[in-house]
Amino acid sequence: MNIPKNLFYTKDHEWVRIEGNTAYVGITDYAAHALGDITFVELPKINEALKQASHCATVESVKAASDVYAPLSGKVLALNSQLAANPELINQSAYEKGYFFSMEFSNPAEKAALMDAPSYQKYVEGLSK
Amino acid sequence: MSYIPHTQDDIQQMLSTIGVKSIDQLFKDIPVALRPKSFNLPASSSEFAVTQALSNLASKNATGLVNFVGAGFYDHFIPAAVDALANRSEFYTAYTPYQPECSQGWLQAIYEYQSIICELTGLDVSNASLYDGGTALFEGMMIALRQTGRNKIILDSGVNLIYRTMLYTYTSNLAIEFVEIPVEHGQSSRQELFKHLDDKTAAVIFQNPNFFGAVDDYSDVVEKVHNFGALAIASVYPVSLGMVKTPGEMGFDIATGEGQSLGIPLSFGGPYLGFMAVKNQLLRQMPGRIVGETVDSDGKRGFVLTLQTREQHIRREKATSNICSNEALCALRAAIFVALLGKDGLTELAQHNYQKAEFAKERLSKIKGVQVKRSSPTFNEFTVLLPVDADKLVQQMIAKGFACGFPLGRFYKGMDNYLLIAVTEKRTKAEINLFAECLEEMLCN
Repeated sequence: MNIPKNLFYTKDHEWVRIEGNTAYVGITDYAAHALGDITFVELPKINEALKQASHCATVESVKAASDVYAPLSGKVLALNSQLAANPELINQSAYEKGYFFSMEFSNPAEKAALMDAPSYQKYVEGLSK
Repeated sequence: MSYIPHTQDDIQQMLSTIGVKSIDQLFKDIPVALRPKSFNLPASSSEFAVTQALSNLASKNATGLVNFVGAGFYDHFIPAAVDALANRSEFYTAYTPYQPECSQGWLQAIYEYQSIICELTGLDVSNASLYDGGTALFEGMMIALRQTGRNKIILDSGVNLIYRTMLYTYTSNLAIEFVEIPVEHGQSSRQELFKHLDDKTAAVIFQNPNFFGAVDDYSDVVEKVHNFGALAIASVYPVSLGMVKTPGEMGFDIATGEGQSLGIPLSFGGPYLGFMAVKNQLLRQMPGRIVGETVDSDGKRGFVLTLQTREQHIRREKATSNICSNEALCALRAAIFVALLGKDGLTELAQHNYQKAEFAKERLSKIKGVQVKRSSPTFNEFTVLLPVDADKLVQQMIAKGFACGFPLGRFYKGMDNYLLIAVTEKRTKAEINLFAECLEEMLCN
């Protein structure tokens, strides 16, 4: 299972890459695999204010439509425009080409609620037991 | 086959599984005072006696009246082929297929139905049907609320009061701001509409022809609605689309309507047929089932249920809508009806309706004291102003063998002397003349 060391994770299987005040958000390889072939993604609007742990996107696969929750609070900066035409990028490259959006996060203290790679690894292993 | 659902053994087994001793104990939380004392069921009778009792009840229906009532539901001819095909046991007995792809015949029928609805409305995609015209309009409104994230709805008062009431009832616990705009001289007041149209508006809802029978071209309005980022919704009468501009041609985003006029008999309480078609970009907000065309592993044409992941059985409380069923058998009837008519046939049917209504207008306007409202073009239904109370006249005309129209005072304040008259292709010249003569006689006395 691919769990990059430089990212942070949530229990709902979102990942966050933090660069200064900007956070890049997507869903993990584990989540993409569990959902199966992804057919559609509904992204938030640019400038939309997100609240940590509240619904921010919907990802639809051949099996299910699932909610994606904001890992941090803040404002949406830019969307991954590739996903509209190529949602399969999430299955192929969950952490790079398949990212969902970038956001400017407003409360750095919220990072405490996120897991690092080893913790997420342990968490996922616990789920499959 | 016995229709006893559970034997005493079944009941005992179920009770012991959940750890309850008796049926009485199962219902002990319901106070005795609230429990029914009796279900008022008569004692059992023979099949013959029951048939006779039901026939007696049925004979109370006034089925022999010459019908000039419309008001949303229309007396159209249904070719025998509709019954013959729709009543085939392969269709008639099949409940919602839970393994839909095993029922390729059903899926193809629904696919054909969807294609017909798209052609009729001039829009991109249709679902597999909804309960009736009112629920379809409600679901259309919900699409607009979800899509825009706004909560204001501008509703034309020319929309059937039954539908408006349904919109209010369904949303009574939601924070939705409704603005009703008045109808002036039979048509929607543009001035009032533009006064209320703003960037908080989720949708503007019209009916075409409206409840008074007036046909309008809303193209100008739709353009302004779009400028504010709102959606335009039309509830339409499908038979009229054989000659009236389609919702697609006027730029509407969502079209809904009552499909009863397409081969479904008039009956109190239905079952009727709600249809819905939307522009492509609203596809994922559309509720209910959608059948799509695909190819199987051998490359042969086949049909599947598609976009189901937003539906209730998968997405539970987060589903696009909690409507989970459709009116497949009624949708099938509509598909057969339209397919039998064909494109030219539908246009011809619409023209018959229009011409007969125009003939009736001419004839009725010759009656002293009757004023036919002519401020707007109409399809097969129109409004007349009478010198007497319309409700009373309707009662009197029943005795003469006519269901002479819908008294508008029932739905609109101050319109007690207005009568809404529908003339379908079934009404003959002789019937229309006789109707006019009876009316003349009644008003002269």
